[in-house]
Amino acid sequence: MGKTSILRRVVLAGATVLAATGFGGSAWAQKTKLTVYTAIENEQLEPFKKAFEADNPTIEIAWVRDSTGVVTAKLIAEKDNPRADVIWGLAASSIGLFASLGMIEPYTPANAAALKPMFKSGKNPETWVGMDAYLAVLCFNTAEAEKGKKAKPTSWADLTKPEYKDSIVMPNPASSGTGYLTVAGWLTIMGEDAGWKFMDALHQNVAQYLHSGSAPCVQAAKGERLMGIGFDMRGATEKTKGAPIDLIVPKEGLGWEMEVTAIMKGTKNLEAAKKLADYSSSLKANEMYGKYYAIVANPTVKSMPVNYPPDGEKMMAKMDVEWMAKNRERILAEWTKRYDGKSAPKAK
Amino acid sequence: MSLAAPTSKIALRISLSRDDLLMRVGLVALVGVLLLIVALPLWALLAKGFEDRDGHYVGLANYISYFSTPALFNSALNSFHVAAVCTAIVVPAAFMYAYALTRTVLPGKWLFQGISLIPIFAPSLLPGLALVYLFGNQGFFKGLIGGSIYGFDGIVIAQVFYCFPHATMIMVTALATADARLYEAADALGASKIRVFFTVTLPGAKYGLISAALVVFTLVITDFGIAKVIGGNFNVLATDVYKQVIGQQNFSMGAVVGMVLLAPAALAFLVDRLVQRKQVALLTARAVPLIPKPKFGRDLFFTAFCTLVSAGILAILGMAAWGSLIKYWPYNLSLTLANYEFANFDANGWESYFNSLRMAAGTAIVGTALMFVGAWLNEKTRGFGVIRGIVQLLAFLPMAVPGIVLGLGYIFFFNAPNNPLNFLYATMAILVINTVAHFYTVGHLTATTALKQIDPEFESVSASLKVPIWKTFGRVTAPICLPAILDIAIYLFVNAMTTVSSVIFLYAPDTKLASVAAVNIEEAGTTAAAAALCLVIVVTSAAVKALHLLADRFLLGRLQAWRRR
Repeated sequence: MGKTSILRRVVLAGATVLAATGFGGSAWAQKTKLTVYTAIENEQLEPFKKAFEADNPTIEIAWVRDSTGVVTAKLIAEKDNPRADVIWGLAASSIGLFASLGMIEPYTPANAAALKPMFKSGKNPETWVGMDAYLAVLCFNTAEAEKGKKAKPTSWADLTKPEYKDSIVMPNPASSGTGYLTVAGWLTIMGEDAGWKFMDALHQNVAQYLHSGSAPCVQAAKGERLMGIGFDMRGATEKTKGAPIDLIVPKEGLGWEMEVTAIMKGTKNLEAAKKLADYSSSLKANEMYGKYYAIVANPTVKSMPVNYPPDGEKMMAKMDVEWMAKNRERILAEWTKRYDGKSAPKAK
Repeated sequence: MSLAAPTSKIALRISLSRDDLLMRVGLVALVGVLLLIVALPLWALLAKGFEDRDGHYVGLANYISYFSTPALFNSALNSFHVAAVCTAIVVPAAFMYAYALTRTVLPGKWLFQGISLIPIFAPSLLPGLALVYLFGNQGFFKGLIGGSIYGFDGIVIAQVFYCFPHATMIMVTALATADARLYEAADALGASKIRVFFTVTLPGAKYGLISAALVVFTLVITDFGIAKVIGGNFNVLATDVYKQVIGQQNFSMGAVVGMVLLAPAALAFLVDRLVQRKQVALLTARAVPLIPKPKFGRDLFFTAFCTLVSAGILAILGMAAWGSLIKYWPYNLSLTLANYEFANFDANGWESYFNSLRMAAGTAIVGTALMFVGAWLNEKTRGFGVIRGIVQLLAFLPMAVPGIVLGLGYIFFFNAPNNPLNFLYATMAILVINTVAHFYTVGHLTATTALKQIDPEFESVSASLKVPIWKTFGRVTAPICLPAILDIAIYLFVNAMTTVSSVIFLYAPDTKLASVAAVNIEEAGTTAAAAALCLVIVVTSAAVKALHLLADRFLLGRLQAWRRR
């Protein structure tokens, strides 16, 4: 009796689990279910989905959202049997990697011609089209600065001043895409030799290299650190929530990255996927991106989200995306050798 | 006599061999299941350690380049250092706490027992967040510690909090089953208290002590969540895996570090084998359970000790609870319930919480059945040593595997186009299977420990009465082990509620979990909402545990009455 009841329980449990997975779900529903992988911010998921579905009532978006690193790793791991139909909102460098692995279905969306050239892959047909650009800015906590009588920096060079010892956080480029674009930005602006020399000096003032691009501005916003180098939008939203921070665009210029849209090769919903790519490059969609980002793909959209640094776009470094991809391993190895290997716990 | 003996022997062998055959078939099936859910997915990723990024075989090239990087050696040293320190703190503390719970007369014992479990109900994010609130650069007590909380100190404090219940649970099991006759004999022979402790108590708990040390050591080595939030620049092997896999999508190097991380598990396996060989059943059919008698000095000391430990645990939990109500730390400390409106921070809102409940329930049911029946087959099958060794090894593996490695391995294995099981991918079922596999080790160990304490006489008697072995299982073994079975189910449930690192790769649009949502919310900067979601998870698991204790009392009362004199 004991055994049969345990067996029965196993079978029942298995059945429950299978039932819970949605086999009885919307398989026969009328709508095309489009699986969309993304790294856009959580608060954007609902508005983006609603806006697209309002224009395309026969298609339903099912999001898979996580941080850039997790989504990129997941997509590469799924390469032999892709589960995503479309990528809507992931770093251009990740999509570049996918394209080189043959994972992207080339398609030039209906509205691509209207976009700034920088926001296109440049291939024909396009492998991806851009949505918005984000910057690695400096988030500076004014309340803590007042307490410690610290001056507000205006340039990267300022950050090497001794008064900022152990008061800066930035993302570790080996863990975070934002970290890498920050470092690559410095190497682009200053050149390799001067760039490494700058980072040597900066290292003396860095309290910690964090594992995410959002974390530095969050830590600065919460006064955990005086300043953080990181993802601009996170800084802006923290400021809107009441954090005493200023977003500074250093005068030398800064590194940046784009969020882009691409179609996965092998998607079973190619027509619907193309509709989403068309929508993503439309003026309407760009206006929506403009609510969150200062820099968007369509040049006619002129919107400035709350608390965003106004002069970001013209300070963007001339980044060579291909150079960045090709030299990534070398730069990370050098960076790790210089700054990551000797990171014993240091007393603050 | 000389005539009768051979016939009875033959008869016995025939009646036994049907049971033996049944159990051996079961054991082979178990090996098959474990291969499918543990070994093959793991190999699907670890094999990449021998390939370059384009998938060409490169032999040991990745290993050579990794071992020639000084940063690795540093991380490995750091990992071992932090794990050794945590083990040295947690195991003695857990031993004393468990000793207090089982061998002394403690006022409010149930309360102390409950508090000691709290950390296991919390996602590993929680101690990290609480420590930042307490000792961070804006923390309430930052003056108390002489430096920065970010780094070695922070990891040790958070890990001690996180590992304490694991070690305590094992030590309670080990100390709960003592034979009072040994103590009576020692007493009658006039042995001193210290002598009794070193010759009776400690040897009896030896297996538990070693298990607890191994579990704590490997938990610390493989955990990434704490190192990420509070680790500062203190690199450990688990953060190295993260950098390679998430930061650089370099699965080959991630696989190499993952392989290095398996070393402690291999060691644990060897030690366990050596110790088990010497382990004998404590609870023989004639054993008399030990019931502690009041003793003022000893009881006072242990009450003070348990109060101190409990206060530490409650301080961390309380800080997280307070933090979850704060409007904007540290500049606006007014209180609000807005942080519990999860839909404002995560598109799935409360839905992910209900997904977690479903996943945890599925894991508890499926996992407990598999682990207990599996451990029983492994313990009670006679002969078949090689296969039993394989089961033991496969059961030990998951403990040492970082979740990131297991999760990615699941993608490679279960999403392969030629895998007939790939219909499971992106379903709730894969999350359940993955979680059962991830937490297999402790469930298996608990079941094994419980089964070892049953005198094999029960089986021998049943066999000589020609009762089929599965009837003995259903009527004797399983009921005797019911407390352990419930323990395993609860253990799986609470871990399924908090697990992140592996399932983060496996959830689908409609199966996002609360623990993953908490990490996402924390990453987006809304620390208070992340703390709030962690607390909802803690409260849920605590409620389930409270139900368990009630059920335990009822069931123990009916089924375990024989344990009492």
